[in-house]
Amino acid sequence: MGKDGTADFFTTRLDVIVNWARKNSAWPLPYGTSCCGIEMMATLCSDYDMARFGAEAVRFSPRQADLLIVAGIITSKMAPVLRNVYDQMSEPKWVMSFGACASSGGIFNVYSVAQGIDTIIPVDIYVPGCPPAPEGVLNGLLRLQQMIDAGATRSQRMEKGLEVPR
Amino acid sequence: MTDISKEVPKIPRDLSRFGLPGKIDIQLEHDPDDLWDESRMIVNIGPTHPAMHGALRMMAKVNGEIIEKSYSEFGYTHRAKEKLGENRTYHQFIVYTDRLNYCSALINNMTYAMAVERLMGVEVPTRCIWLRMMCMEMARVIDHLICIGIAAVDMGAFTYFLYGFHQREEAYTLIEKLCGARLTTSYSRIGGLMHDAPEGWEKEVKVWAKRTLAVIDEMDQLLTGNKIWLKRTVGASVFPKEKCLEYGFTGPNARGAGIDIDLRRDQPVLFYKDVEFDVPVAQNGDAFDRYMIRLEEIRQSLNILIQCADKIKKGPIWSEDKRVRIPEKEVVFNTMEGMIHHFKFFMTGFEVPPGEAYTSFEAANGELGFYIVSKGEPRAHRMRIRGPSFWHYQALDPMVKGKYLGDLVAALGSINIIAGEIDR
Amino acid sequence: MDTDIRTPIPTVYGDQTKKFHDVWVSQVELLKQKFGNAIEEVRMPVEYPTDVPIVYVAKDSIVAVLSALRNDPSFGYNFLADLSCTDETPNEKRFEMVYQLFSHSRFNRIRVKVRVREGEKVPTVIPVWISANWAEREVYDMFGVEFLNHPDLRRILMDHRWEGHPLRKDYPLRGYQVFPSPEPIDLDVLERQ
Repeated sequence: MGKDGTADFFTTRLDVIVNWARKNSAWPLPYGTSCCGIEMMATLCSDYDMARFGAEAVRFSPRQADLLIVAGIITSKMAPVLRNVYDQMSEPKWVMSFGACASSGGIFNVYSVAQGIDTIIPVDIYVPGCPPAPEGVLNGLLRLQQMIDAGATRSQRMEKGLEVPR
Repeated sequence: MTDISKEVPKIPRDLSRFGLPGKIDIQLEHDPDDLWDESRMIVNIGPTHPAMHGALRMMAKVNGEIIEKSYSEFGYTHRAKEKLGENRTYHQFIVYTDRLNYCSALINNMTYAMAVERLMGVEVPTRCIWLRMMCMEMARVIDHLICIGIAAVDMGAFTYFLYGFHQREEAYTLIEKLCGARLTTSYSRIGGLMHDAPEGWEKEVKVWAKRTLAVIDEMDQLLTGNKIWLKRTVGASVFPKEKCLEYGFTGPNARGAGIDIDLRRDQPVLFYKDVEFDVPVAQNGDAFDRYMIRLEEIRQSLNILIQCADKIKKGPIWSEDKRVRIPEKEVVFNTMEGMIHHFKFFMTGFEVPPGEAYTSFEAANGELGFYIVSKGEPRAHRMRIRGPSFWHYQALDPMVKGKYLGDLVAALGSINIIAGEIDR
Repeated sequence: MDTDIRTPIPTVYGDQTKKFHDVWVSQVELLKQKFGNAIEEVRMPVEYPTDVPIVYVAKDSIVAVLSALRNDPSFGYNFLADLSCTDETPNEKRFEMVYQLFSHSRFNRIRVKVRVREGEKVPTVIPVWISANWAEREVYDMFGVEFLNHPDLRRILMDHRWEGHPLRKDYPLRGYQVFPSPEPIDLDVLERQ
């Protein structure tokens, strides 16, 4: 770190290494509620292996996971639970909104459904589809890895002080 | 006997952390002679849990590892399909039906189409019926594969799941060739199907069916004789026949207890009278019996599939009833009447004559029923969906009372709860 | 050609009405003899556009009628397939409870209905089938129909703090309600199990 707090040669090199390590070991927390949960299982299984990209160690405890994959519908009964789980995760954490129901409520614009998880938690990447094909999910994961590399995810921006906690 | 209760530190009974205002002073009864009193814990097996299929919640009072009292909660995926049924036309509702039991979406689609066609008195041609049967049996196979796969994963047998899932992926490829989507197919239409099967699809299904029969034999060898599997499932979560009738069990769960009812044989629809199949029934009603029945049902369904693939012939797949026949694209884009018909069909919807009917079918889990009340409008007056998992989940609490937490996992895996059907 | 439910479709239980017609007629006669005024109305399949006979029962004798339908071998409807409710708003008796029954011996079905006004309580049928417990809770949650002697009448699908009954015709499709905290564990309910 330079004398006035700006990043210099060593910290940027360190950032590159740290980001490389982070992106290749994004441990997912599969928060699967409905149909997208089955496609998430399909993505994690042997045909479309998500383990090739480092997202192998699936951890169901929020303290041990980095990437919160919200796959499925979030209703008004489930929303505070999701918020609790998100709050319990430690920085840096990323959120992938898997599917149409998580991104925007999907085809269900009804009284019990939260119209998008971004009304509850901040989201880094949205994967569209109902349910998204596993190729789409892997595309989303790769984009997220590119974002982590560039330092553009919400957690990394918060580290640099460019975002406020939500 | 020495009274050790004074030496054991008292657990503070402050319940305000559960969010119960005004109930802070409740003291659970403390029995000084009960050595195990302090080891009773209230455990929230929450909606976010790896072993809870979907988002189901169970509050249990456990004594060590034994569940003494429990109650279940659900509704975390309530998507209000019954209310949507009153606000969408019959054609628009097809999309919502495949999100009911999402592991076997084709069965829901076809049952719904049968229900509305029955209200309208519309008959579909032969090829459509054979295709519907093939789709439904394929969906039944993949649903059972997921059920037994997940039951095995919950108890640690991960490879078993991968075998089944690979066959499921092959089935997805076939379904994608048929209708373009893997999981949520929306393939049936009122009075027909979305699109005819491509050339040679039936032969590929036969090849898949034969391959899956071989894989099922491999899976059988992997798990059925395995001592650990037998110890965990034989005698676990026993639910005898009388209780099954009381609790409204249908499908493989009921047949596991000795209730010999299969709606494909006893209330025959489509061409199930023309295909030969057996209905496996077991006697004990435990988790192992349900697993064996599902395994055998996969084999029977694959046999039905092969028979259907042999009997199917070329022909039309749409009924010619003018109320439901969606005009072909050439007619829509080239004639004025076609365009107006198309517009009216998709914007207003066709009217279903007044009446009510309860149409049920043997879905993979049990009896899936659609009770539709129509007042002669393009939208239903009441669309009630009878999801079998709702009635099965109610029996989970009595099933695990007095048993270990591990038995809870075995029970939940064996009765095949799909949260989409419970919450609708 | 305006066909409707009365048109038999051979591939969807087409001959059901013909097959079970005599059985249904005799069973309805027996019911009327046994229960007299409790049977308010009967709608048979061919005159009325329905698939099975609908028996309208007075609210107070529903448990007796369902017990007879279950236990008496001349009826034999030993399986409760479905329990739900319909909101017929312009009518004075606004809610119609619907019980779909299935017979494991003859493989035929029948529908029993009970009409209630808003605010009236329906006796619970848990003494006949235990599975009615959650089904009636769902009817309470979605419609607001209360049940007499129900051991555990509370909301099941919606959050316990929800206001209103969603499936009523006057509840809007998009009537959102938001809750700040998850549902707490209800220790009273746990102790009662």
